[in-house]
Amino acid sequence: MSNWRRRLSPTGNTGDAIFRAAMFAVASFMVLIVVAMILALASHSTLSIRQFGFGFLTDREWNPIKDQFGALAFIYGTIVSSLIALIISVPLSLGIAIFLVEQAPYYLARPITFLVELLAAIPSVVYGLWGIFVLAPFLRVYVEPPLARWFGWLPLFQGSITGIGLLTGGIILAIMVTPIISAVVRDVLSAVPNTQREAALALGATKWETTQVVLVNAAPGIAGAVILGLGRAIGETMAVTMVIGNRPEISLSLFQPSYTLASVIANEFTEATADIYLSSLVELGLILFFVTFVVNAIARLLVWRVTRRTTSVGMAV
Amino acid sequence: MSFSKTTTRAIFILIFTALVSTAFIGCGGNTGSGGEIRLQGAGATFPNPLYQKWLSEYGKLHANVKIDYQSIGSGGGIQQIQARTVDFGASDAPMSNDDLKSAPGEILHIPTVLGAVVLTYNLSGITQPLRFAPDVIADIYLGKIKNWSDPRLKTDNSGVSLPSGDITVVYRSDGSGTSAVFTDYLSKVSQEWKDKVGAGKSPKWPIGIGAKGNEGVTGQVKNTPNTIGYVELAYAVQNKLPVALIKNKSGSFVEPSIDAVTAAAAGSLATTPDDLRVSITDAAGATAYPISSYTYILAYKAQPDQVKGKTLVDFLWWGIHDGEKFAKELQYAPLPEEIVKRAEAKINSMTAGGQPLR
Repeated sequence: MSNWRRRLSPTGNTGDAIFRAAMFAVASFMVLIVVAMILALASHSTLSIRQFGFGFLTDREWNPIKDQFGALAFIYGTIVSSLIALIISVPLSLGIAIFLVEQAPYYLARPITFLVELLAAIPSVVYGLWGIFVLAPFLRVYVEPPLARWFGWLPLFQGSITGIGLLTGGIILAIMVTPIISAVVRDVLSAVPNTQREAALALGATKWETTQVVLVNAAPGIAGAVILGLGRAIGETMAVTMVIGNRPEISLSLFQPSYTLASVIANEFTEATADIYLSSLVELGLILFFVTFVVNAIARLLVWRVTRRTTSVGMAV
Repeated sequence: MSFSKTTTRAIFILIFTALVSTAFIGCGGNTGSGGEIRLQGAGATFPNPLYQKWLSEYGKLHANVKIDYQSIGSGGGIQQIQARTVDFGASDAPMSNDDLKSAPGEILHIPTVLGAVVLTYNLSGITQPLRFAPDVIADIYLGKIKNWSDPRLKTDNSGVSLPSGDITVVYRSDGSGTSAVFTDYLSKVSQEWKDKVGAGKSPKWPIGIGAKGNEGVTGQVKNTPNTIGYVELAYAVQNKLPVALIKNKSGSFVEPSIDAVTAAAAGSLATTPDDLRVSITDAAGATAYPISSYTYILAYKAQPDQVKGKTLVDFLWWGIHDGEKFAKELQYAPLPEEIVKRAEAKINSMTAGGQPLR
């Protein structure tokens, strides 16, 4: 038997060796795709990187007619809309998952689980249409006027009310990521061994305290679910572009239109002819890649710190 | 789970053959058979319904000709013709001098039909069409006229009870020829617009909210009271949207219609250059609708292939003559007689290997 075979498969089995090699090839294919994407994005955006340099990230001006390109307004829109989405969807998803796993009777849990998973499968353009025709008018008439009346002193809720804007974009994202996050959290919670619950109950813990123990155990998995949802929110294009107002502007008010990285690429790429324009759009793609990466890293770091603390607290209790 | 060795091997062989055969099928895709002539075109989305109609009608007359048109957008059409990956391109706005220079050969602009951009709005309780003067449209989109009860709107619309509500401006967020024509018009009628914003497919709009596509703008306008937006004429007619009358150069308020658009092209004959690259917004003529434009097919003057070149020339000739009769039913304005003649001359100038094709 030749040397490479032995290295691939210590047991000396040919089938194992082939299997191992095939799986290795598949895994490295994934890495290759990521590297190839970064390289392609970087090489196609050289022109704008060279021309605008670091200023591309801090310039909020985007004017294709005058060949002025800056990404700040899009970065802002992407991050803020995703944050709104998480603020709304994380508590909601946790609630749904806890209800389904810890409290709901079997005859309720099954249909609700099915519905949640169904929501996750709806194409985003359908969410977008629903956003234009149902959500935006609803927010314009029933949600935004009271917000402006009671919280109008906050810069967040000022300006004209159209039902279209950052808030609507964030809410539609929240609705889109909730099924994903809650489905994963549900799986994570049901994976927590029942012995944990039994132990807590045996020590005289209430239902609520037991749930806390389960949550602490499931924290890393919950974090993974949130990150998954965040990834979808950052990259979402169609639904957001239909309700966010598509305006590269940075305004504190959530009622004002905004724009996201993914949306502007989708909107302007087909009709961009000038080289520097195309190059700038590709650089936005590179930034989107980078933003996703950084946000993911931060989320993971946060989770790591939080879980470490809560686990030690849990142990002390 | 455990597979026997033979099963594993069988699966591997299956996957392998599948891969290899797809690779071979991929190679053999582009060769036509039985003397079939294939042409490939790509570009503007606006004339796509008409071009698809042309292709199917022309295909009925010439069974051996297979022409494909992909509506990937004007920008894509220009890029593909520059790269010679298609036999003809299509664009709403004429190519810029820079674009023409960076092409590997001389590109001709063959106008095919005309389109128009109309203003649509959502105001409750108003039945008769609103009237807009050019400077009023510019100032609404500049954010200087903020309310529907503005005196300048009232002067042109006496007898209409305009509501006292803030105007919400809607624009196209995707790069589009519709935006290019609209902003080209605004740049002609307003110096301030020209200085501050300019004309282009994706301008930096001073105010308003962006919606994607004609359908997005329409959706936004229909769903939000006190909005104003602009869409293609064909789209507005098909969806029975309220459209505004616009004051043209000679001072009359013109309703957007197919005849008024053809009139705008006829009114611009004097200023139409030999290469037919022209903007016909704000055209002269009492019946001319001022926000109109041509849409073009782009083709190389010197065709690389005799057979394909001849087919393309015949198709274009058929298009600007017989094809024009399909325009009206699809809400496009046909070319005026004079422009058809000048387009004929362009088609006649096309050659292959130095020999004229017609």
